[in-house]
Amino acid sequence: MSVTASDPVSLSETAGRPTPGLLRRLPSSPVAVVGLALVLFWALVALVAPLLPLQPPNAQDYMAMAHPGSTAKHWLGVDPLGRDLLSRIVWGARTVLAVAPLAVVAAYTVGATMGLLSGYYRGWVDAVISRAGDVILSFPIVILYVILIANIGPSALNIVVAVVVASAPGISRIVRGLVMSLMHQEFVAAAYLRRESDVFVMLVELLPNCRAPLITDFCLRLGYTIITIGTLGFLGLGLPPPNPDWGGMVKQATSMITVFPHMALYPTIALVSLILGFNLLADGLTELSQAD
Amino acid sequence: MALLSIRDLRVEYTTVRGTVAAIPEFSLDIDAGESFGLVGESGCGKSTLIMAIMGYMGRNGAVTRGQILFEGQDIARLGAEPLRRIRGSRIAIVYQEPGTALNPSMTVGRQLMEVPLAHDAKIGRGAARDCAAQALADVHLPDPASVMRRYPHQLSGGQKQRVVIAMALLANPALLLLDEPTTGLDVTVEAAVLDLLNELREKYATALLYISHNLGVIAQVCERIGVMYAGKMVEQAPAAALFRNPRHPYTRGLLASLPRPGADKRSAPLVPIPGVVPAAGRAPPSCGFLTRCPHALAGVCDAGEISLLPAAPEHTVRCARWAELPPVRSPMAGARANLPASDDAPVVQALDLSRAFPVGRRMLLANDRLEITAQRGHVLAIVGESGSGKSTFAKVLAGLDAATSGSLVVLGQEVAGRPVRRRDAKLVAAVQMVFQQPDGTLNPSHPVGWPLARALRKFGIARGGDVEARVTALLEMVRLPPSLRHALPRQLSGGQKQRIAIARAFAGNPQILVADEPVSALDVSVQAAVINLLLAIQAEHRTTMVFISHDLGLVRYLADEVVVMYLGQVMEAGSVAALFEPPYHPYTEALLSAAPVPDPEVRTKRIRLEGEIPSPLAVPPGCRFATRCPRRIGRICDDTPPPLRGAAPGHVIHCHIPLDDLRAVAPVFRHAPAA
Amino acid sequence: MTRYILRRALEMLATLLVASFLVFLVTEFSPGNVARKTLGAFALQEQVDLLYRKLHLNDPLMERYVRWVGVLTGVEADPLQDPALGLDFKDPRGDRYFGNFGYSTLYKAPVNDVLWDRLGNTALLAGLAFAVIVPVSLGLGVLAGMRAGSPLDRGLSTVSIVMTSIPEFALGVLLVAVFVVWLGVLPGTSPLDTHSGWSIAAQLVLPVAVLAIYDAGYVARMVRTSMAEVMAKPYVRTAVLKGLPRRQVILRHALRNAMIAPFTVILLQVNWLIGGVVVTELVFAYPGFGRMLLDASLFGDVSLIEAATLVALFVATMTQLLSDIGYRLLDPQARR
Repeated sequence: MSVTASDPVSLSETAGRPTPGLLRRLPSSPVAVVGLALVLFWALVALVAPLLPLQPPNAQDYMAMAHPGSTAKHWLGVDPLGRDLLSRIVWGARTVLAVAPLAVVAAYTVGATMGLLSGYYRGWVDAVISRAGDVILSFPIVILYVILIANIGPSALNIVVAVVVASAPGISRIVRGLVMSLMHQEFVAAAYLRRESDVFVMLVELLPNCRAPLITDFCLRLGYTIITIGTLGFLGLGLPPPNPDWGGMVKQATSMITVFPHMALYPTIALVSLILGFNLLADGLTELSQAD
Repeated sequence: MALLSIRDLRVEYTTVRGTVAAIPEFSLDIDAGESFGLVGESGCGKSTLIMAIMGYMGRNGAVTRGQILFEGQDIARLGAEPLRRIRGSRIAIVYQEPGTALNPSMTVGRQLMEVPLAHDAKIGRGAARDCAAQALADVHLPDPASVMRRYPHQLSGGQKQRVVIAMALLANPALLLLDEPTTGLDVTVEAAVLDLLNELREKYATALLYISHNLGVIAQVCERIGVMYAGKMVEQAPAAALFRNPRHPYTRGLLASLPRPGADKRSAPLVPIPGVVPAAGRAPPSCGFLTRCPHALAGVCDAGEISLLPAAPEHTVRCARWAELPPVRSPMAGARANLPASDDAPVVQALDLSRAFPVGRRMLLANDRLEITAQRGHVLAIVGESGSGKSTFAKVLAGLDAATSGSLVVLGQEVAGRPVRRRDAKLVAAVQMVFQQPDGTLNPSHPVGWPLARALRKFGIARGGDVEARVTALLEMVRLPPSLRHALPRQLSGGQKQRIAIARAFAGNPQILVADEPVSALDVSVQAAVINLLLAIQAEHRTTMVFISHDLGLVRYLADEVVVMYLGQVMEAGSVAALFEPPYHPYTEALLSAAPVPDPEVRTKRIRLEGEIPSPLAVPPGCRFATRCPRRIGRICDDTPPPLRGAAPGHVIHCHIPLDDLRAVAPVFRHAPAA
Repeated sequence: MTRYILRRALEMLATLLVASFLVFLVTEFSPGNVARKTLGAFALQEQVDLLYRKLHLNDPLMERYVRWVGVLTGVEADPLQDPALGLDFKDPRGDRYFGNFGYSTLYKAPVNDVLWDRLGNTALLAGLAFAVIVPVSLGLGVLAGMRAGSPLDRGLSTVSIVMTSIPEFALGVLLVAVFVVWLGVLPGTSPLDTHSGWSIAAQLVLPVAVLAIYDAGYVARMVRTSMAEVMAKPYVRTAVLKGLPRRQVILRHALRNAMIAPFTVILLQVNWLIGGVVVTELVFAYPGFGRMLLDASLFGDVSLIEAATLVALFVATMTQLLSDIGYRLLDPQARR
């Protein structure tokens, strides 16, 4: 018996039109575009900061302290110590956009590993990882940060460590859930029928399929980590001075807020616009992925 | 005047890619009390039509032309309040998935009572409750009072569908819309639901618009049938006429891609329809079927819009060439050909094979002392409803699961307790599997050629530059263009994905192929092509195929031997010829009788099973089937495991009824042409 | 259900034990030691070393942790109150009782004297914020989710995103700039006394607003997502096509199911608020638990940190337990 000649099919005949990847469809969501524009703006600012004709961020201009408002020399005025606000905001962008993504990527590395292991092996591996995560997650998050940083000391590295400790359990939970639902998929069974190893199944068959939901979470987490870094700075647990740190700048300015509100306002606006960018981007991406 | 009269209806959806006419132009008349069946594959616009009638099209859908006249009133242009008064009272609907159609956090009783309360201002809560209880009794749910108090998740699938039907009939509607109401139900449950629909229709004289992709189901319920393709009616006729004398090439194609009762792969091979259903709004404007039609003629079929033409009294067809088409083949096929030569070497032999799962303190026996044998080069089909344990056996055989006791000898090696990790590479390559879900079978992150190349390397079939050539050869074997290897799974149709899955399974030159419902998720017209392909490759390579299915028609068509399973045990096993003729195991007999046959001229003996399949955690101690068996002979069935009766060489029945009594029943199928 | 609650209570206890040990562990990294902090910066090194030995601070970590648990449960006496040390640390409750959190080296007072008043102030703040968050976020979320994709939905969703993009301290600065500096209608600090001439009520407005605005945006988004999902469910379609009026479809069929998922989220906000008060209390100089914890952490007052953490964790795990029980009651499918 042979198959009739009339049944070959070609790609052009397929019913399902190819859907381009999530990121390539991004322009169709106005929310995502606005978000991306804000993020790209700050990324660009951070990138070219050394090339800009700015005052050095830590140089104190004692003359300007008498009139800390906007002048031709200091477009956005100076801070309580006479340092140029514009320069500090620009250099602050550099700090936050270096520390936050680094911290989130590190948290993802740890969290995704935990989630993969616990969703894949289940049983006691899962029990240990999930229980440990539950303990961390039951801490009110700001309190966790305060206790951690206050004791291990404020520094960029320690902020990264704290973000990893606080975020990895949440990421692990998401990845665990994704892995557990993917484990029922038949392509995983097909991989076993090729005698693939556990590591191969986890990294090559499962992990790439967690990508789409994690992109959104990544953006949200970046926004949230920037909030955290700012908050720690405000609590006096941020980067040690004189590093320009948006949260720390707001803290320094609060004592003078009744007299010179601009000192606190400008870094606040910078911070909020960057967080807003990541949040809008995440929202647009969610909307796009649901439109499928 | 017709009860429902749809005239030149056009339904459009606005999407980001522009406006799509899901239904370009559609007309239909249904008389009061009539039952009309509308057949078509997924994507043909059937559900869109139902939702257009109900005026429920979401934010982006709209009726842009034509009328939907119901009892003389155009309901497509009705205000919110008049429409609300018609919904649920004059027109009601039964949904495809009863599980999701019911509110999970409200008792069944309250959900039912809402219908009279919403449509009858004078009725009190007490009277509404009585109405609801009566409706549940009408759909033969035992103990309506207790069902009223339950939540949907506490009912089985069949019971939920009965509740949905009760809800639809509560207000005694003039028109009942049925959207694939039995899809997803087990075949014995489906048969009971169809019986119920027929009974209620006679009782209440409700008109039905029954939508399904399953011609067999439609044949059982409907007097008149319409065939829908690409949003248009392509043929419409009384049921008998449509099956005896289908006029449209698409209707003919649908029927030819279904196995007819009594036919098998050697006497009457399936004829698939090439290609796939076009996406909404993508069909050629002249004739939607043009690109897939074997009879298409340039200059005739693509010249312009083709209207519905009268072909016979009450029989219309939308085809420019209907009069020139050759007559169709006769339904009942001739004698069966002989089995393929067997060297009598069983390649799979299960003995007392069990797979138990601990659930709390109890044991779930998914497979209980199975005895199954498959011969080299044969097709062994395993049939059974959900919960029968057929998929568990498939997994144990392929090594995705391990048996808990008993013996399973595959190609001379004992593998019962050995999943793939404990089998050697040669054995793993020799036993491969094709899965059920085309959407889950390929990793969405990798191009489709990737698993093929990976399998070739892992099994040491090819390395280096040879891999590319072998991947091309595999794709050619499953009749796919080699360029497809770079495509991602989401760019492929369901049928194409299953072909890739077949190619992947054959990459390591397997001797045994386990196919777990490989076509049940595919459209009818695509099923045939995949089945033909599978059988062609299987025959060419002399592969032994273990084919898991719930579709008895398909099993009869392609199997050499059949095993019937129920609640983890084998009920009957034998050659396909022996199994479909008396003596039957009572369960086999009931299964056969429940299977919908796409031919009104084939009469089926009516045997209906009572009750629900028992929980696999609390199986009856005697015969597993005793609680539902229509031929139960007494206490012995409940207490004592049934003996094994050898009806013929290779044909065994596990039943307390003596063989002579089992032999003395009439065959389930009888050919009775209409006068 | 009783068995379930019992099991969860045991899990809670285990979480508290593990978490308190983790806090103990983390304070090990802290520069300086308890002995130095107790005696202050001007004490002689010999005095510090003496106290260090008397308190057995060079014992292994595990031993010291067990001793701390012993003091907490009233099995052992608090070593800091030992008159032999000459520190003059006295607790009117005695040195050995259940719930003895020890002596705060920062405030030079028993932890139990410091902790509970401030906790009461914070409970007032968080309670008011919670009372604002729930109705606002439910209202916004349900309205937006009812008609997903409508202009109203887009508008409300954007508002909620903006709300969640402003960190509490930044919001505090913005609100102070507007209402205190510019309009002058509210006080910029909230010491909860009336020396400044502002009423207690006026002092509470801004701190409550800061806590509520950020969080309401977040909860509203959750409610909106859940509501939009439920509105697309087949059973809502069933309800519409049954001929129910829209009001009933939403009130009876959509809302109840849409509330199941956000219910947990809303209760977990208690956990969030506990953290949020740290920042808010600092901004407004509010005499609460959060600022106390911050000060204790910066000072390295281990007893107070431990006590505050345990209290915070107790509240957090307790709401977690309540939310799980509530979830089971709301969702018939989760009931056993």
